[in-house]
Amino acid sequence: MKAGATPAYALQGIRHRYGDRTVLEIDRLEIAAGRTLGVVGPSGAGKSTLLRLLQGLERPAEGEIRVDGELFPYPAPLALARRITTVFQRPAMLDRSVRDNVTFGLRLRGKAEEPVVDALLERLGLAPLARADARKLSGGETQRVALARALAVEPDVLLLDEPAANLDPAHVALVEALIRDVQARGTTIVLVTHNTHEARRLAHETLLLLDGKMVEAAPTAAFFESPTNARTRAFLAGELVY
Amino acid sequence: MIDDSLRALGDPALLNIVFLTFRVTGLALVIATAIGVPVGAAVGLARFPGKRLVTLILYTGMGLPPVVVGLWVYMLLSRSGALGSLAWLFTPAAMVLAQTIIAFPLVAALTMSAVEGVDPELRLQVRALGATRRQSSWIVLREARIGLTAAIVAAFGGIISEVGAVMLVGGNIEGHTRVLTTAIVLSTRQGDFGLAMALGTVLLLLALGANAFLLQLQGRAR
Repeated sequence: MKAGATPAYALQGIRHRYGDRTVLEIDRLEIAAGRTLGVVGPSGAGKSTLLRLLQGLERPAEGEIRVDGELFPYPAPLALARRITTVFQRPAMLDRSVRDNVTFGLRLRGKAEEPVVDALLERLGLAPLARADARKLSGGETQRVALARALAVEPDVLLLDEPAANLDPAHVALVEALIRDVQARGTTIVLVTHNTHEARRLAHETLLLLDGKMVEAAPTAAFFESPTNARTRAFLAGELVY
Repeated sequence: MIDDSLRALGDPALLNIVFLTFRVTGLALVIATAIGVPVGAAVGLARFPGKRLVTLILYTGMGLPPVVVGLWVYMLLSRSGALGSLAWLFTPAAMVLAQTIIAFPLVAALTMSAVEGVDPELRLQVRALGATRRQSSWIVLREARIGLTAAIVAAFGGIISEVGAVMLVGGNIEGHTRVLTTAIVLSTRQGDFGLAMALGTVLLLLALGANAFLLQLQGRAR
C-alpha cells in the first residue's frame, strides 16, 4: 500500500446498516496509497463506522471495498489484516503494563520486542509509565499508549479515530509530529477527527460525512478554502448542518 | 467427644477416605473445567440463535440438586441403563461422573458470565491489532481469569460438599467408595458424633486449603 497508481482503498456503492438504520452511504471513494485522508463531521456522522469497514471488522451491507485493487475478502486473511491497524476513539487496554500493551501486536506476530517499542515509549512521553498498569492511566495517557501500540507493528495502513481528542496541547503537538513521521514513511492514513484544524494540519485530502453520507471530498487546501458544497461551507462555518 | 474426635483423626482409614474424597472431587473438577471452560467461553463469545435458551439451561444447571443427578447417573449406570455395561455403579468412577455433571454447569455458566464481562471493544481492538480468532479468544479468557478462578472455586465448593449423588451412585462402601460427606452421614446415623465432628472438621480444613490454593492462583492473576 505504498504510494502508487493503484489506490490503497477503493469503495464503491457502500451502504452499511445497523438494523433498519442506514449509518453509512458512500457511492464512490478512493484513498490514495501513501496519502492521508482526513474524515471530518459531527458525532454520529458515520466516521468510526467507516474505519471499522476499512479495518475489515464489519462487512458492508452493500457495495464493495477493494484494497490495492483486490476485493476485500471477509474475513480478511491474516496477512492482509495485519497490514492494517486502528487506533480507536476509546482505546481498550489489556490488563497488563503499559509496556506489555505496546509490545502486544509484536507478540501476536511472534516477534521479539524491538527497539521500536522503547523509541515509541520515549517519543510519546510514556517511558516513565512503562511498568504502570495500563488500566489506571488517564484518558490522554491511554490514547498515547494506544497510538504507540498501533505504531509498534509498523502497519501499511493506519486508521486513526480521534487520536488527539483527550490530549493537552503539548501532547497534541507531540502526536501530530509522530503522525508526520509515519506519513513520511509512506504509510496510508485515514484520520477521523471532529477537529477541522487537525485535519487541515495533517491530511492531504479531506472528506466530510454528514448523517452517514459523503458530502464532499477534495484536496485539503481546496476543501477548506473553496468548498463546493453549501453544507460543507456551513459545517466549516460552525453552523448546525445536521 | 473431643477424645473420640482426636482418636478418629489418627485412624488410617480416615486417610483413605480423605484420599478418595480428593481423588473423586479433583478428577471431577478437572474434567468439568476441561469441558466447562471452552463451552462457557464459546457460549459467551458467540452469537447464535438459541443462545438465551442455552444460557437458561446453564443457569438452571447451576442449581441442579445433587441427589437428582445421582438418580440420573444411577439409572444410567444400572444394569438395565444405557451405560450399564460399564459396570461403574458403586465405584469411584460413578462418583466422578456424577460430580462432573454437577460441576459442569457451574464452571460453564460462570465462565460464560466472566467472558461476557470482558469489554467487547477489547475483542475488536485486539483483532484490529492482528490477533487471529484463536488468539483473540485466548486473550479474552486471560482477561477474564479472575472470574474463571471464581468459577472453579464455586464448582469445587459445590462438589466437595455434596452428599446426595455420591451416596446414591457410590453406595458409601467402606474402603471403596466412602468419602468424607458420606462418612459424616453414616457416623451421625450411628450416633458417633465425635467421629462425625472430626470428619466435618477435616472436610472444612481440606476445603479451606484447596480454596486458599485457588485464591493464591487468583491473586497471581491480578
